[in-house]
This record gives sequence, C-alpha cells and structure tokens, in this order.
Amino acid sequence: MNDWSGGGEKAAGAAIYALELRSEADTVRLAEKLAGLCAPGVLIALDGDLGAGKTRFAKAFAAGLHVPGLVNSPTFTIIKEYEGGRLPLYHMDVYRLTIEEADELGLEEYFEGDGVSLVEWASQIEPLLPPERLHIRLELTGAESRLAVIRPRGARYDAWCQALGLRAAEGEGSGDDANR
Amino acid sequence: MTIADQKDGGLLLAIETSCDETSAAVVRGGREVLSNIVSSQIETHRRFGGVVPEIASRKHVESITMIVQEALSEAGVSRRDIDAIAVTQGPGLIGALLVGVVAAKALALALDVPLIGTHHIAGHIYANRLVGEIVYPALALVVSGGHTELVLLPEEGVFRIVGRTRDDAVGEAYDKVARALAFPYPGGPHVDKLARESGEEVVLPRAWLEEGSYDFSFSGLKSAVLAEINRTKMKGLDPSFGGLARGFQNSVVDVVTTKAMRAAAEFGARQLLLCGGVAANQGIRERLAALCREAGLPMLVPPMSLCSDNAAMIGAAADLKWRRGQFSTLDLAAAAQVSLEEWSVTDNVRNVL
Repeated sequence: MNDWSGGGEKAAGAAIYALELRSEADTVRLAEKLAGLCAPGVLIALDGDLGAGKTRFAKAFAAGLHVPGLVNSPTFTIIKEYEGGRLPLYHMDVYRLTIEEADELGLEEYFEGDGVSLVEWASQIEPLLPPERLHIRLELTGAESRLAVIRPRGARYDAWCQALGLRAAEGEGSGDDANR
Repeated sequence: MTIADQKDGGLLLAIETSCDETSAAVVRGGREVLSNIVSSQIETHRRFGGVVPEIASRKHVESITMIVQEALSEAGVSRRDIDAIAVTQGPGLIGALLVGVVAAKALALALDVPLIGTHHIAGHIYANRLVGEIVYPALALVVSGGHTELVLLPEEGVFRIVGRTRDDAVGEAYDKVARALAFPYPGGPHVDKLARESGEEVVLPRAWLEEGSYDFSFSGLKSAVLAEINRTKMKGLDPSFGGLARGFQNSVVDVVTTKAMRAAAEFGARQLLLCGGVAANQGIRERLAALCREAGLPMLVPPMSLCSDNAAMIGAAADLKWRRGQFSTLDLAAAAQVSLEEWSVTDNVRNVL
C-alpha cells in the first residue's frame, strides 16, 4: 500500500542538530518559527516521552499557522483536522496504532495533501513516513528545560535548519534512534 | 415544535462509526431501544467469524452490513418499517465516519426515507433520554476518551458549550497516566481501580484555571505524576503507583465535579446529565452523585452500554430532528470536526443542512 518504506533512509545528509530549550517559551518560539516556514505537504515528525511537551509544541505550531479555535490532544481520535489557518493542519497522535493499522488508515493522503502534517509519536510508524520530513525529538533535561534533537530529511528541511541557524550535534548520522 | 406529536413514535435506524466501534440500532420515538448492536460487544463476532473492531475503515466496511442486518433482525423489524436513517456525521475519525455516512445514504436512498446527520456528542448527551425524562435547563458533563465538555441545554435540542478541555480529555489523561504507571493501553480503567484500592494518596495539584472558567486542563497533572515518579526514583525509592493513581483520580474528580456543580448552579440547571465512555469511572460517578444529592439536583446517567460509543444514542439524538422534520440532504458530508452548537435544532425553521 505504501511505497515509501526504506526510501531515503540513509540517502540524505543525515545531519543532526540540537537546540536547547530553556523554558516552555523556547518550545513555543521554535514551534512558531517552524510554522512560519511551512508550505503544503510539510511533515513534522514529533517524538518525546510523556510530558516532554509534544502537545504544547503542537498548540504553538497551530497558533503559528493561525489556526483558529482550540487545538487539543488527538490521542483518542488519532487525527484532528483544522481548517481556517494559513494552511490546513493535520494533527495526529499515532501512539496507539500498530504499523498495520496506520497503513490501513491511509495516512499518505494527509501527507500528500494540501496541508501540514504534525505527527506525534511518529517513530512508531517510521516505515510509513514519506522520505522527506523533519524529525524533532523533545528530550526532558529538567523540570522546565528540554533539548530538541532535530533531524532534517530532504533538501527542504536541510534549508530550514540552515535558516534557523541550528547548531549541529556531535555524532553525525548515528542512524535512526527510534527509541521510546 | 411543529409536527411533534403525530411523529412521536418514529422508528429510526441509527448508525455510528466515529471511531473504534461499528454500531447500528433501532430506536422508537427517541426513547425505546429495540436493538443496539456494537461490534466489540457482540456475538456477531462468533457468528460471522471474528470481526475485530479497529479504527481502520476497512474493518468498518467489513462489518457494517452485518451489524445493520443484526440490528434489524434483533429489533424484529423489516427495512420497510424504518421511518428514517440516522447517522453520526462527526466529530470523529474521517475514514471511519465515511463508512457509516455512505451506508446511511445508501439505505436512505434505497428505502426512500429521510436521512438525519447527527452530532456524536449530542448522541452521548441524549443517551440520557433512553433512561429517563430530561428536564430543561439541563447541564451535561460529557467525559469520554476524546471529549471533556460541559454543555448547557437551555431547552430541548439546543446546545451551548460552557467549558471544554484545553489539552487532554479526561479519558486521555487517564490513559497517559496509566502509561506512566506501566499499564497497557487503554489503561484508564486500571487507574480507576488502583485508585479505589489504594490505602494512600500522593496529593497532586488541581488545575482550576482562571477564576470562573469552566474549561479543563489535565496536561499539568499528567506532568506532576511523571515528575513525582522521577523524583522518587532519583532517591533510589520505588514510587507508590497506588498513591499516585489515587492522587491523580482525586484531582481529576475534584476539578471535574466541582466545575460541573458550579456551572449547574450558575446556569440554573434543573438536572445534571453525566455521559460519555468515562462515565463508567467510579470515582467521577460516585462523587457527582453525592454532590447532586447534597444539592438536591436530580442526576441522570445511562448504563454502561449506552455510555460508550453506540448507535442507540445517535437514534435518541436524531429523534430531536425527526420530530421537527429537520433532515439532511443526500450530499451530507462526514466531518472530522463539527460544531455541536450549530447542530442545535431550529424550531419552526426548516434546516437547510
């Protein structure tokens, strides 16, 4: 059903960037900046443990896209669609899906759609993700502070990371650390 | 009310496929459940060879026909007895909703009866009409996997949202805390049970939000549970999962029931309606019942089979539109997000939906 699998896994530069987020305000700023760069077909793959701030990031990202109204958790419904912003936002949480279920949901229609896809717990469905995407892993470093580990896949996202002036993390291309 | 009385006994075939469940029901007059078939609950599995309910649309497609058939035969009615087809239009998972909507349209067209697109949350609220008489104004506390809302019903069929969650729904908060406490998904019921059995409590904060707000927020509470687990582990100790479950439950129950009672008082509600899948939660149910008794406020809560997603509740809500002759056209579109307030009945005005 999907012809993405494996495509581009190691093809791109596999650069890794790290950004320290000292407070929630920093998380919000990063999300808003990324939202400002978005165009149709953008895919942000968001990972991080419970309480790392994925939903907070999503809210700020939605606000950055000028999505009107309330953006809350999609955990139960898996996908929430928001219209009325600069671009449609497809906010997903694939935590409770197996790869098979996710495949049958037809997520590629969203990924190839006119909007922006923000996928929480994306590493769960890594083989189904299109080759071009921006990975962000939020890691807890303190009560308020987080480390955003950012991995661009594809030229568009390489350019984003340049534009944001991100600092490359040590250890280049250590592969897909799809830990949970 | 226009054509109310003469059509009071309308026989509706209702379909609900907003998420995990494929369900069909036959409901008479918005009150009497003749059948209510839910994919996860039934013997249909056994009889038709193991249909596993899943969120995938394909599963809904596989089961919808037999579930509808089962609903008709259990009700002892034929297709030709049906006066209208009701179906969940949204909110929900679009691929899942589509299956129900397409099936409903096909049936409405084939049987030449009206189609009534129905709001999923209106269904949860009107499940209460299947167990008792609703007295207006009423205040509904909707707590389900995906929704946590306080809805005021100033009169029959009119919905006004007075509060909602800004992040996790109660059910999501329970499931996420369950993950932190190492229960498998969905872990909400385990947390409820552990909380009730625990002899201790780790007291956790309450998110009251701004003065006078009826909104909810549970993400901070989830973080507090995680922080407490980490703190304890750093000290080389084992966190008290029982104490945390109890502390979490008490915080949720306290905030949810207090806000519900405050809203009921402010808006002069004459009845409190508890509904949604999380209405099964003992903690919420018992505390709310106690507070209502204290306040002399009658409370309705449907039995579990009508609290989790089911089609009978959709038939109950669709009856509001049936009695008013407010039907959908055959170009009804399933929608992932739809407004409950806009779904309100429009007395004496023909709905152009």
